[in-house]
Amino acid sequence: MGYVAIKGGGRAIEGSHAAVEALRAAEGEAGTPLSLSTIENQLRLLTSRVLSEGGLYHPRLAALAIKQFQGDTLEAAFALRAYRSTKPRLLETPVQDTSRMRLIRRISSAFKGIPGGQLLGPTYDYALRLMRLDLADESSEAFRAVARRFMQGVPDTALPDSFPKVVDALRAEGLLPPLAPRTQEAFDITREPLVFPVPRSAALATMARAETGSLLAIAYSNMRGYGDVHPTIAELRVGYLPVMLPHPVTGEPVEAGEALITECEVVAMYEGNNSDGPPVFTLGCGACFGHNEVKAISMAILDRALQKGMRDGPRNPSEDPEFVLLHVDGVDSMGFASHYKMPHYVTFQSDMDRLRTTQSKAKASAKGVLA
Amino acid sequence: MNPGYELPLDEAAYSFGFLDEYAKREVRRAILKAVSIPGYQTPYASREMPMGRGFGTGGLQLTLSLIGPGDTLKVIDQGSDDSVNAVNLRHFVELTCPGVDTAERTAEATLIQSRHRIPEAPLTEEQLLVLQVPYPDPLVVVEPSEGKRKIMHGEGDYSRLLTKLYEDIVQFDEITISHRYPTRINGHYVIDPSPIPRYDVPRLHQSRALILFGAGREKRIYAVPPYTVAEPLAFEDVPFRTEDFREEHGNRRACARCGAKDSFLDEIILDGGEKTYQCSDSDYCNQQLAMRSAAVEASA
Repeated sequence: MGYVAIKGGGRAIEGSHAAVEALRAAEGEAGTPLSLSTIENQLRLLTSRVLSEGGLYHPRLAALAIKQFQGDTLEAAFALRAYRSTKPRLLETPVQDTSRMRLIRRISSAFKGIPGGQLLGPTYDYALRLMRLDLADESSEAFRAVARRFMQGVPDTALPDSFPKVVDALRAEGLLPPLAPRTQEAFDITREPLVFPVPRSAALATMARAETGSLLAIAYSNMRGYGDVHPTIAELRVGYLPVMLPHPVTGEPVEAGEALITECEVVAMYEGNNSDGPPVFTLGCGACFGHNEVKAISMAILDRALQKGMRDGPRNPSEDPEFVLLHVDGVDSMGFASHYKMPHYVTFQSDMDRLRTTQSKAKASAKGVLA
Repeated sequence: MNPGYELPLDEAAYSFGFLDEYAKREVRRAILKAVSIPGYQTPYASREMPMGRGFGTGGLQLTLSLIGPGDTLKVIDQGSDDSVNAVNLRHFVELTCPGVDTAERTAEATLIQSRHRIPEAPLTEEQLLVLQVPYPDPLVVVEPSEGKRKIMHGEGDYSRLLTKLYEDIVQFDEITISHRYPTRINGHYVIDPSPIPRYDVPRLHQSRALILFGAGREKRIYAVPPYTVAEPLAFEDVPFRTEDFREEHGNRRACARCGAKDSFLDEIILDGGEKTYQCSDSDYCNQQLAMRSAAVEASA
């Protein structure tokens, strides 16, 4: 009787790495390697997604990860996370003021006019999704002329440094509850495991680096009817947030850099009076690295749904903190889905042992019945 | 657009053991707690590792937090040192832990990281076994909510798990749990002993080596300390049974390669559709083969 060689795993891995690298360069002589700046700029929404799901604001490393993993968002975000594991936590970021964002876009679907004005900015929302065949064969000259032409048309008047938040106006009018004083330090999901029940800050941090599609799917279940948030977008803003950190010597806040972020605040219908004051609207908040509006909106809706679930007990999956927070992480979920490809010889042997034993017992008892 | 973002200068410039020192210290604290409360699932933060969640990141964090220069590491998957995932994990430790030796001989290793098997050769007090865990909680088959499971563990309430075993017997005349067999540790907490076959479960009982379990994705560490009672759940009249390797005439099957009749066997389907059986523990198989040929030489 023959037997199977018990060597060869190492060589197989080397071969598979060579094969996947060959596919990356399959264009051969006609190919041009992607530059990181090309990825960061021309695939900016892809870079945004990887930044936020990777939980590390480093656009160049995100671009490198996209190149290395051939455009797989899950793998690229995963590589950023693994890189992050090697870095110590140096300090705790103080609360950042998003009214100071250098905006590229801000809209409100609650009011026609908002203090500071609506700023449609870069979006495909009102684009016709028709194929632009002129891009298929775009010349370098035409490509370079695009930004030049746009900049010529930009008016000289500078935008203000700061735009007031729509929710502040709602608060001032008494339509939203006043900001509750901060009673707890923010929960750091990179240093503490989620042991339920978890504070809202842990939920927000988990969703901020969640996989976009997973977050969208669960938020969508709430929008469709497995839930009842019925949100109105008070404000959605995209722009560069000045990141203020305490100066290492003086402790005074200094601007350490800026990060492109998307922030969304949704207002939902008021609920029965559960405190002494008059009824007010309720608020859901979403924010993530990069330009990713669907993610910020989904997160804001889920924040609202989870607050309800934490208070009254979950009545839908989207209101259940355990269900939402333990299933939206792309690194966790893709890793586990992939792990099924690994050998499971031993456990399958055990499975067969159980099935065969059960089958033979069933056969024996069937025979017993016949006899 | 962001000229301020520099790439790291050297991709190999990772600290010893890849993880930053704070992360390792946290894992070690969780290990101490896990050893102090045998079978208790200790939560820890669990960092992302550069391999997939589900590929042994929990075990790897334990290994990297415990290993130091002078240690000898053995990594196995499905009992084999040369399984693709074992090769990958070993390569990663070699890359990030200079001064650590690796070995395939079970007896030579000070630290063994394994997925799905406990080595056939008995372990010693000087050795440490790290098992990779996909599902740390045996109650997940009867209760999906983590919050509720935590209460059940605290109260030692395993009635629904025992009911599941009972229902199995009623429906199939046999307990159908094939691997990850729920096992009570030190008379209180019931653990998921990781997807080891039932064949390996008795090795947990009064083990000379410390056995640590790491679930990276689920962020839990637990332990079976040396010389601790480990009892698989069963009933007085329906005892716990390991995998049956007897052929139709009731004889124990032997490994086709080394001839051993006392090891866990992999069933292998050959090209012609014919079946063959081989040791799943490749080091054990090699040792048996060496002993056999030495015996043949001695008698010649």
